[in-house]
Amino acid sequence: MKLGLVVDLDTCVGCNACAVACKQWNTSGTTGPLTDLEPYGKDPTGVWFNRIRNYELGDYPDNKTVHFPMSCMHCEDAACVTVCPTGASYKREEDGIVLVDQDKCMGCNLCAWACPYGARELDPEEGVMKKCTLCVDRIYDEALPEDERQPACVMTCPAHARFFGDFDDPNSEVSRLSRERGGEHLMPELGYKPVNTYLPPRNKPNIPTYKNETNPIEKVKDWVNRLVAR
Amino acid sequence: MHPAFSVIFFTVTSGAGYGLIAITAIYSAFDFSQPMTGAQTLMLSAVALVLITSGLISSTFHLANPKNAWRAFSRVRTSWLAREGLLAILFYPIVMLYVYLVWRGVDASSSTAMTTLALITGVWAIVTVFSTGMIYASLKTIRQWNNALTPVNYISLGLMLGGLLFSWLLSLSGNVSANLTMVASYMVVIAATIKIVYFFWIGTPAGPTINTATSFTARTVRLLDVGHTAGTFLTDEFGYQVARDRLVALRWIAIILGFVLPSLIIWFGLGEGDNTLMLGAAVISAFAGVAVERWLFFAEARHVVNLYHGAQQC
Repeated sequence: MKLGLVVDLDTCVGCNACAVACKQWNTSGTTGPLTDLEPYGKDPTGVWFNRIRNYELGDYPDNKTVHFPMSCMHCEDAACVTVCPTGASYKREEDGIVLVDQDKCMGCNLCAWACPYGARELDPEEGVMKKCTLCVDRIYDEALPEDERQPACVMTCPAHARFFGDFDDPNSEVSRLSRERGGEHLMPELGYKPVNTYLPPRNKPNIPTYKNETNPIEKVKDWVNRLVAR
Repeated sequence: MHPAFSVIFFTVTSGAGYGLIAITAIYSAFDFSQPMTGAQTLMLSAVALVLITSGLISSTFHLANPKNAWRAFSRVRTSWLAREGLLAILFYPIVMLYVYLVWRGVDASSSTAMTTLALITGVWAIVTVFSTGMIYASLKTIRQWNNALTPVNYISLGLMLGGLLFSWLLSLSGNVSANLTMVASYMVVIAATIKIVYFFWIGTPAGPTINTATSFTARTVRLLDVGHTAGTFLTDEFGYQVARDRLVALRWIAIILGFVLPSLIIWFGLGEGDNTLMLGAAVISAFAGVAVERWLFFAEARHVVNLYHGAQQC
């Protein structure tokens, strides 16, 4: 199995619900807590497994805002696991999930240095590295109804922009979506073979912007249109 | 990258220590025209071991969870940090045996077995410094580090500091030939050349761009909002940035203190009599220069995660 996520950049509205749901689930999960520092202070900070950035694509008037959620890519060739000196970081043979054994980590930060995606964050209180678990304590939980055995971020996404599944299965939803919509990997040139894919925004016609019409015929047409609409 | 004091102290100090023991052991293995006495070899080895050990202890200070540091030797097959830790620990029994035999009065150049042991000690020290450099050079996420010059730099600077220390410490006990200090100055020249090539090498932008980082390779991409109001672990660790003109000024300081001054002292400042003070000045200047160099090594490195915080290219 090669479990991972698909993020649809066409429908993501940047609401941050995935990040909040992730924090809510995982702070009491196997790698919790996701420590917050000064949560009510001037500069609140803390551990997040999922962060959303907002980008502008292209130049005006052919520009577009894209919301960009990022979590661990569960790379096939995970550099964070390669560099880990203690054996705390490991990639599961059976499903490809990259995890940190909190009991073995010595907090040297080298895995965070090796990760190009910023997926790993040190918990300064506990002194260990923390990262997205793909909700490993959810997706295999047989006490949950079958359709809820998905990562918290996927469950909560109101825009249905996140999908979870097995990329090894060519007929899974994630494989099909990546294939049909041209799913892309981030920074593939580094060679870490990230699993998660990002579906590019669909090409939609530009929304026309208001132009001040001076043509008298167009003005009459506009006036008639408004009259009819009334 | 955020320059952590403990890591700068560790790499400079233990690098110099490994350089000193490498030069001492290898020098003692051969029957040169000016052999060292056993007492001198012991004194040089002791200084080297103090430098190495204080550096290694300092390196544990940057760990967030040092109680698990003993596990750091368990992934030698893939991790350069584990390899470095293991090489550093296994170095102790080897160097201890060497020091013990020297203390017992065995001349390192007298028997094949002792010569071999001295050479193993010296080469092992250099390989340990190499693996320190490889920790940084193996990170594809940091273009400024991910090149062959990084471990070469670590080795050449370690040997340079070791060579200067070697000359100065020998002058303290009264005999250092002009030839030996000249060899030390050659090491300074070689280390300077490699470092200056490195500065040119990292000067050309060549790393991943914001386009490949976001997969939009056909359009301009600009960060609108980074999504957090205060600093995060990522911005603290990777966002460290210094103004360009300050970096250039610090490069000059590193070059002048680290390479130019020590060379000038050795070439023009040494007289016929007691040169201890002048050589001591060269050592202090070189250490200060290499400390600035090591600070720059971190401060100039740009991690690709900055592409997600607004950088266009790393």
